[in-house]
Amino acid sequence: MLYAILCYHDEDTVGSWTKEQDAAVMKKLAVVQDKLTKQGRLGPVARLLPTTSAATLRKDDPPLVLDGPYAETKEQLLGFYLVDCKNLDEALDVARDLGAANPGGAYEIRPVGQFVPGSVQP
Amino acid sequence: MTDAAWIDAALTSARPQAVGALLRYFRNLDTAEEAFQNACLRALKSWPQNGPPRDPAAWLIMVGRNVAIDDIRRSKKQEALPEDEAISDLDDAEEQLAERLDGSHYRDDILRLLFICCHPDLPATQQIALALRIVSGLTVKQIARAFLVSEAAMEQRITRAKARVADADVPFETPGAVERSERLTSVAAMIYLIFNEGYSASGDTAEIRAPLCEEAIRLARLLLRLFQSEPEIMGLTALLLIQHARAAARFDADGAVILLDDQDRSKWNKSLIAEGLALIDKAMRHRRSGPYQVQAAIAALHARAEKPEDTDWTQIDLLYGALEIMQPSPVVTLNRAVAVSKVKGPQAGLDMIEPLAPRLSNYFHFFGVRGAFLMQLGRNDEARTAFDRAIALANTSAEAAHIRMHLDRLQRDSQPRGKKAGK
Repeated sequence: MLYAILCYHDEDTVGSWTKEQDAAVMKKLAVVQDKLTKQGRLGPVARLLPTTSAATLRKDDPPLVLDGPYAETKEQLLGFYLVDCKNLDEALDVARDLGAANPGGAYEIRPVGQFVPGSVQP
Repeated sequence: MTDAAWIDAALTSARPQAVGALLRYFRNLDTAEEAFQNACLRALKSWPQNGPPRDPAAWLIMVGRNVAIDDIRRSKKQEALPEDEAISDLDDAEEQLAERLDGSHYRDDILRLLFICCHPDLPATQQIALALRIVSGLTVKQIARAFLVSEAAMEQRITRAKARVADADVPFETPGAVERSERLTSVAAMIYLIFNEGYSASGDTAEIRAPLCEEAIRLARLLLRLFQSEPEIMGLTALLLIQHARAAARFDADGAVILLDDQDRSKWNKSLIAEGLALIDKAMRHRRSGPYQVQAAIAALHARAEKPEDTDWTQIDLLYGALEIMQPSPVVTLNRAVAVSKVKGPQAGLDMIEPLAPRLSNYFHFFGVRGAFLMQLGRNDEARTAFDRAIALANTSAEAAHIRMHLDRLQRDSQPRGKKAGK
């Protein structure tokens, strides 16, 4: 069974870490990740860029693009995609196509800062 | 992470919101700041034992307010108490929660705090110093170091700024849309100034002054979180991110300037660039252009080019043209001329800057650019004259050293109409 572990933290606080503190945290995480990698149990890992770089597509008809992250507490995170796109417009096109196939709810579109592909097979 | 480290990060990130809310209660910057300091001291005692509160900012506001109210009641000062409503005991948790969830307060508190720092009565240097002290919470020592002045001088600068602000009229009622946007404009300008203080450092001080760039980026991101749909704030943040992404490539080991074309692009910070590009993409969708967005778009075109020769100079020329209309200035035209020279050759660049000579007769970069154009045209004697003038006007040793390099090159291939020196 594959489990997704979604990272939540106060962005303000993480953004207040010094470069050294940030690097120290990443180093400690890398130790945990390496262990999982050696066991062949680690899939893709992504660190997202700040929420200020996010846009949200509400899957209404027509779809509505909003600035900022998704902030609706009544809906829950049910999945995610990683797609290679040249820019935001291209990412929005993908989101619109997905939205047409599955209306309702919203997609948050957020650039990925760091990415480790991983190799796990379910 | 040690206790001290995470608490420090939590206090730093809660600071703008907490000081902003305390300022709304007490309507006095000193009282608000003192209340926050007291709350921080209690946090340092209590958090390591009890763990961090769920909402550090709310905790700090509540504790800071209560301590300050006790102090005011205890002290026999002839100080007028704040209005009853400001100190009426609203200590039940629900009230706190309701207030905290009121996003408009939160936004306006922080905006007001920043806006007080860039009060028009204050000279720019005081504005920046005050913001770094009050909003960012840097120590006087840290700020003095970044500004390369003594601690005593910086202490005095901040004290003066505070005194001036205390006498000034600061509106506390919730601003209307027009006021809010005016405040936002002044605050954005101040953040840009803070960044420039750090960015314009020379090679030997870049390291010391880098925190100013980082702090400006933190403030810009904060502002953007409060005003998510403001394309100019997206543009400002993108501009700072992309400029700062080049920090590691801008100076050589001796502290000499490395021009954009000569920088090792593998040293550019890709994550900051990616964030900047994402923001510029978002801003463009609004079709409400502005000077920060245009400057960010120019920076983005440089950032997108993997090699200098991939740079889209035609587009950069057009963007500078747009900037000339929005913010006409000889310096913008000078920058545009560089782009024009890349597209149409050095003569076109030279033609564009000739009319600027009277207005830029004391501007280092004017003579640096002029000399470079003349050198590319093989007019070496004139180029030498321009470079000599540039050296006389150089603001830093790094600038002068850079021009001397050109002069040495002229010396080396002093055959008239010689090889074009590729810039």
